[in-house]
Amino acid sequence: MAKKTGQAIDFASIKATMSDPYKKTFQIVDKDAKIVNQELFDTFSDDQLVDFMKKMVWERALHEQTMNFSRQGRLGFYAPTYGEEASEMGSVSAFKDQDFLFPAYRDLPELIQHGASVTQGFLWSKGNAVGDDYGDQRNWFPQIIIGAQYVEAAGAALGIKKNGEKDAVSFVYTGDGGTSQGDFYEGVNFASSFQAPAVFMVQNNGWAISVPRKKQTAAETLAQKAVASGVPSIQVDGMDVLATYIATKEARDFAAAGNGPVLVETLTYRYGAHSSAGDDPSRYRTKEEEKPWFDADPLIRMRKVLGDKGLWSQDQEDKLTEEYKDSFKKSMKEAENTPTQSVVDMLKTTFEEPTPQIKADIARFEAKESK
Amino acid sequence: MAKLTYIKAITDGLDVCLGEDPKTLIFGEDVGKNGGVFRTTQGLQDKYGEDRVFDTPLAESGILGLAIGLAATGWRPLPEIQFMGFTFEAVDSLGGQMSRERFRFSGKRSMPITVRTPFGGGTHTAEMHADNLENYYVGTPGLRVVTPANPYDAKGMIISAVENNDPVLFLENLKLYRSMKDEIPEGKYTVPLDTAKVAREGTDITIVAYSAEVNESLKVADKLAKENISAEVIDLRSLSPIDTDTIFKSVEKTHKVVVVQEAQKMAGVGAQVTAEIAEHAIMDLDAPIGRVAAPDSVYPWAQVENDWIPNADDIEAKAREILNY
Ligand SMILES: Cc1ncc(C[n+]2csc(CCOP(=O)(O)OP(=O)(O)O)c2C)c(N)n1
Repeated sequence: MAKKTGQAIDFASIKATMSDPYKKTFQIVDKDAKIVNQELFDTFSDDQLVDFMKKMVWERALHEQTMNFSRQGRLGFYAPTYGEEASEMGSVSAFKDQDFLFPAYRDLPELIQHGASVTQGFLWSKGNAVGDDYGDQRNWFPQIIIGAQYVEAAGAALGIKKNGEKDAVSFVYTGDGGTSQGDFYEGVNFASSFQAPAVFMVQNNGWAISVPRKKQTAAETLAQKAVASGVPSIQVDGMDVLATYIATKEARDFAAAGNGPVLVETLTYRYGAHSSAGDDPSRYRTKEEEKPWFDADPLIRMRKVLGDKGLWSQDQEDKLTEEYKDSFKKSMKEAENTPTQSVVDMLKTTFEEPTPQIKADIARFEAKESK
Repeated sequence: MAKLTYIKAITDGLDVCLGEDPKTLIFGEDVGKNGGVFRTTQGLQDKYGEDRVFDTPLAESGILGLAIGLAATGWRPLPEIQFMGFTFEAVDSLGGQMSRERFRFSGKRSMPITVRTPFGGGTHTAEMHADNLENYYVGTPGLRVVTPANPYDAKGMIISAVENNDPVLFLENLKLYRSMKDEIPEGKYTVPLDTAKVAREGTDITIVAYSAEVNESLKVADKLAKENISAEVIDLRSLSPIDTDTIFKSVEKTHKVVVVQEAQKMAGVGAQVTAEIAEHAIMDLDAPIGRVAAPDSVYPWAQVENDWIPNADDIEAKAREILNY
């Protein structure tokens, strides 16, 4: 009698157990503001704790003010960051000036924390390429093509390694949807193959526009996607700014020490619409689905932790928020006072030396623009 | 008959295709529950179920690779690429694979795939969400590239594209989606995929255009008509292959021609039309061939977009230059 197939290798049990190392999400403060890892919590000074809170308040104020500007028609494309403050501020705080950042379109706050100005962020949104004059900053422009930044970050990591830089990494962001791109795997795998110092961030905010995380892959976590390329990884509570910071910092230290790349997945949530361009979440998700995430809000959590230590008050937060918003209004004025670009400007930045065709185009548009 | 926008006419055409052929499948990013980011597939998942209209993981090469495998197993895929700028992620599927399969299998196997994607500019989108990449794709043997300029053609052409057994890149103009309405017959009708249309008859000058530039050209024809200048406007509809007969017939009559495109000037559609006329009909001309195209820079960001895209004024100026030659 022929043997029953499927006995030599127990794929079912391999499938059932392969996510085991990823079963526990790394956390320091839980959603009820309970400190679940006292030892790590105690590594933070009071000043550091307050600083993280300030950064998150700054990001939320930036979001609110940006939405206002957007409604007033003073901005172009904008991807809201509401809900992702801990994930973004916790992670970006782990990096140093000499680290090279490859942001996606939702990572303007990290870009600004890493040296760009708020005005630059606004100019980018308005569609004025002057916003991309980053001078000597180790920043790349916010990537629109999902996945492209991942392969480029692998290249920068290899460049950093070849330069012989001792304490530097490249770091890069994508979303849960972004992990489905071929470029995602290629980036992680290339960095691994060259053992280059890269930190790959995946901000899993639950949604890729209308497509839920579970439709991207049957893998239980996105963190474990790194395993296949020989890259260590961790899934972190991305609503816990302290856990996000520690995980990212240790990932950075590991990569910077020459041990090859690391991947960090932050579990977070996109509270609002995908972008300012007419997305309506009520078409694809319910208020009930959203509620637990609002309850897990990173600011609520830190407010409580800091309040208990007598380090924070609502009054202080409101004042700060107003200060931040005033500064954003100044940045907006600056962006609005920046000369709008012309077609001639564009043509001049197509090649280092304008081609004969472009020279003719420049002459044509100079005549037009001087009218 | 109902008055439908360009986008609704496409939805209506897709509905006809799904209803007629149970082997047709629509898939891509956000096309299911969300009905597409522009709502082109709105209501189709409700009507035909998740087996026929479904979301994929986020990967364009995945989407078009999936289409090839589905076609290989007897399905008739209608994948959507959310914006034409993202087709760069899937160039191998388009140019290296689906367009070559018929040849590889000595004509015995076909790839009845219709890749829909929005293109064109002028709607102040984020970078890479507005583009005119047709110039890249018209040079791909085995791939048809078509684009309707009005709602009536949009419905008739999407049905023809789906029925066609070769891969078709079906370009939908972003600016036209909601800015035009036509009377659209109910149910099935087709518009041929490889013939240009004389959008307006005339005798003094021929303007060859496609997509949104057809409307710009028609505006110019209206204006010139007030001065008793009669312009003929040809809507190419198919960018590859190009219906040169219709163009030659017109040029034979008018002896003057202006070729218009929204895309950058280098190579591509306008250059091909110009070359065909120069090669086969130059003796019919009594003036040089005029060209209107975007300059050879990258597609601009929102702020300068409208200065960059050729418009009716540019076409009028070029037409007058050729008329007065
Ligand atoms: C290559 C590419 N394909 C598609 C898109 C359109 N698009 C923009 S954002 C998005 C969803 C991205 O989801 P995710 O990666 O989870 O990041 P999030 O936007 O949620 O931060 C899609 C499909 C794009 N910008 N680039």
